[in-house]
Parts: sequence; C-alpha cells; structure tokens
Amino acid sequence: MATDSQFALWEVFIQSKPGANYIHAGSVHSSDKKMALQNARDTYTRRGEGTSIWVVPSDAIVASNPDDNDMLFDPSNDKVYRHPTFYVMPGGAKAI
Amino acid sequence: MELVEKTDQAQAELLKNFEEKINRGDAIEPKDKMPDAYRKHLIRQISQHAHSEVIGMQPEGNWITRAPSLRAKQILLAKIQDEGGHGLYLYSAAETLGISRDEMIQLLHSGKAKYSSIFNYPTLTWADIGAVGWLVDGAAIVNQVSLQRTSYGPYSRAMVRICKEESFHQRQGYEIMAKMMQGTKEQREMAQDAMNRLWWPSLMMFGPHDSESPRTSDAMKWRIKRHSNDELRQKFIDKTVQQAEVIGLTVPDKDLKWNEAKGHYDHGPIDWDEFYRVVNGNGPCNKQRMDHHIRVHNEGAWVREAAEAYRKKKENLN
Ligand SMILES: [Fe+2]
Ligand SMILES: [Fe+2]
Repeated sequence: MATDSQFALWEVFIQSKPGANYIHAGSVHSSDKKMALQNARDTYTRRGEGTSIWVVPSDAIVASNPDDNDMLFDPSNDKVYRHPTFYVMPGGAKAI
Repeated sequence: MELVEKTDQAQAELLKNFEEKINRGDAIEPKDKMPDAYRKHLIRQISQHAHSEVIGMQPEGNWITRAPSLRAKQILLAKIQDEGGHGLYLYSAAETLGISRDEMIQLLHSGKAKYSSIFNYPTLTWADIGAVGWLVDGAAIVNQVSLQRTSYGPYSRAMVRICKEESFHQRQGYEIMAKMMQGTKEQREMAQDAMNRLWWPSLMMFGPHDSESPRTSDAMKWRIKRHSNDELRQKFIDKTVQQAEVIGLTVPDKDLKWNEAKGHYDHGPIDWDEFYRVVNGNGPCNKQRMDHHIRVHNEGAWVREAAEAYRKKKENLN
C-alpha cells in the first residue's frame, strides 16, 4: 500500500472580534494555504467564534523549550521597577 | 552497569519532577518531559476518543435522508458536522504527542485501535436519533465535562471546545424524545423501544466497574482521568432518570431505586458479557462501521493525491 498523505499540519489563530488578539484555536491539515483557511473556517468557526483567521504552517513556528524556562523567564522577576506599583507617588497627586 | 544505574536514576528523577508538576495542578504541554507510559496512555485514549467521534457519525448519518422535517434534517446535519469537528480536534491533540494521523487511521483500520462500542448498535427508527442525542451524547458529556480538567493541555483544550458544542446535541435529542412522547401511541412506543435498547449500552459507555478497570490507577494518579468510571456512570444515571420521568419514559431497569442514604440511584447489574462481546467485534454493526470507514477512506484517496499534485505543481511554478 502506498503511504497515504494526510497533508501538512497548520496552526489556526482566531480573532474573536476586531481589535482583539489572535488566539490559538487548534490545528488543521491541508495541502495548501487556501485549503488551510477553508478547513480552519469549517473546523473552528461554526458558531461565530471569530471574524478573522490566521493559518500558519506548523513547522514555521519556533517554540521555546520548557528546559530553558529559568534562563528565559526568570530575569523579569527581579526587575520590579518595571511595574508601576514600584514607585512611591507624593500624596495628593491625582490621575497618575 | 554504571550506565544502566545512571539512566535508571535519570528516569526516576524525571518521574519525580513530572509527578510533582501533576500534583501542583500544572498542565503538561507537548514539549514537556513526560513518562513514556503517560504518552502512550494519552495516545491510546485520545485517538480512541477521536475515532469514536468519527465512527459515531455513521449511525446518525443513517437518518439524514429520512429526517421527518426540514428542521430535523438541518439540525441532524449540523450535529453530525460537529462530531466530525470533534474528531479533528482530538486527532490534532493526539498528534502533538508524536503520532501521525495516518498512523492513527491505520491502527483503526487494522483493528488495533478501538472506538466506543455504543456506535456498533444500529439506529433502527427515528426515535433512536432522539435516544442517541439524549442518552449517548448525554453520557459522553458527563465524561467530557470531567475531562476538561485532564492534565494534558491540548486534550483539555479540545474538551473545553467540545463541551461548548455538546449541549445542543443532548438537547436536540431530548426534544425529539419529548415530542414523540406527546405523539400517537405508536410514536410513544417507538420512543420507549429506543430507550429500552439504548439505555444499557449507554451505561456501558463509561467502561468496566472500577474494580475491573486495570488502567484506571495510573490514569487517575497522572490526572488523565479525573473521575472513575463508576462515579461518572452514577452522575449520568442520577441526572437522566429525572429527565425520563418528565417526559413519561420508563427506565428499563426494574432494580432502579432512589437510595436516600447515599443520595444516588441504585441500579441493576450491567450485562458485561454483552459489553465484551461488542468490544471484541461481535456487536450488531462492528463490521458495517469498519467496512464503511475503510471504503470511504480508500475512495477519497484520489482527492488527497490530486490536492498534493496541485500543491507540487504550484510550487514548481514559483
Ligand atoms: Fe462529539
Ligand atoms: Fe455530540
């Protein structure tokens, strides 16, 4: 039996309404861009879940490795001065 | 020798970190380290779940051309389309664990992968479409609501999406049953007959009793399953009996009785011989379901080949 093709994997991102972030909804299989968009529409937006779709070939996505989490994400924890609550505001100042 | 000890130690360390993570309630994501047994259990469970969604389209598809009204036909089509979608969400979730969709389909066709036995029963009358939506989807929902909190992230996310879509499935089935129970004597008998045939197989959907279920302990420890088979079955019985009473259907179990002390219904013994007979391939429609899937899959091969040829042609033009 010849190996069957189930097509390449694509990741689907959906914007729920104009102005919102695109959020990962899941994946579809498709042989090309157009079919990927159509399959994403049929699979993930049957109930008005979105007004806009992105499809991206899964192998184009670069993901961080969980083993690197300490190195990648720790530095942000010790820089509290990046948060507005770090600063002491003089009493009486308004709208700041 | 020393090397073996080292790898054993590394394995133990991996398992310890993994189980700590599970116990903290963290989700496991595709790139996270996980024990082989966890990965295998998930692949088996998720692919079986995906196959069930897809094979489940057949008994309902049987009635599309004979739906009693345009409204009923539109609803049934939309429901079956949802089930196809559920299959796709779940295949994708399983693929994140390193198995291809091709492999999963081959395992189904060779009989190595299973699907829920309930779909090996026929849908003989229109009332069966009502009973399938109400009881079969109803039982599936109890299981799937629980699985929304499964430890594997992609599986959990697929479950959340599926649960949002399922409540319409159960309601449309219950509406069919309610309508038939308000109809003629023949229609009421038809509804009761569907109930009589599908009640017990629906209870079997939750799987063997906890005492007989060998895989449950790891699955519970690793939070793949969040509730046991018997707990889920009880939940389904407790909520469904009242719904049957409201529309005047009789639950075909003479031992069914409210147990005041437990706050649950007691039920009669389940015929596990029948369950294993159907699981092992000898239900009324096992062969028909599999033959149909294989035939349609093979007949669609030229479409997939054409799509691939079209892609290659376009790539060469660029
Ligand atoms: Fe479903
Ligand atoms: Fe459903």
